Amino acid sequence: MPGKVDWMARALPLEGEKAGEPRAIDLARTDVVTCGLQDSVASVRDRVTASPYGFAFVLGPGGVLLGRLRQAALENNPDANAEDVMEPGPSTTRPDILPDKLLTKLQDSELTTIVLSDPEGRLMGIVRRHDLEINQARR
Amino acid sequence: MSCAQVLYPQLRELLDHGAQLVEVLPSAEYAELHLPGALSIPLKTLDADSTAEVDRTKAVVSET
Repeated sequence: MPGKVDWMARALPLEGEKAGEPRAIDLARTDVVTCGLQDSVASVRDRVTASPYGFAFVLGPGGVLLGRLRQAALENNPDANAEDVMEPGPSTTRPDILPDKLLTKLQDSELTTIVLSDPEGRLMGIVRRHDLEINQARR
Repeated sequence: MSCAQVLYPQLRELLDHGAQLVEVLPSAEYAELHLPGALSIPLKTLDADSTAEVDRTKAVVSET
């Protein structure tokens, strides 16, 4: 078996002294707007405007993450489909990463959010740097 | 007895059909984190006595 890593990467339950330690998936937000490749920009734009994140994800069959639609792309291409204006293959990280390690990664990269996906590339949520900072400050 | 590396989908199917999980890593690692229901039988202690509780009528999946 490939090991605990594959199991943990799917945010599956574990046992042991460290099983209760929070992982990135515990801080994930799952209310990001999603759409399909053929969805119109117009149908996505208003939902993104109403969301707190300013972007949407394009998903394929089974919830596999294919791309990201940023606010600017949605506003400048009203007649396009998601596939036409998405940024393909956004960077992701695994859900089992420790929050402090993820925070360092975001700080070093000067990113404000990171996408979580499982080994099959299925979207699991996003983690905001702000939430990681709050989590660290509380301990 | 045959051995093969299994990925998660096959592991899931094996567990659903009653396979046993055995962790052969050191006991300290087992204590920190292990898969639910896994037996701890560190590799260095593997012998007839330490494996007595393993049901030989069922598939065994070892974590290495």
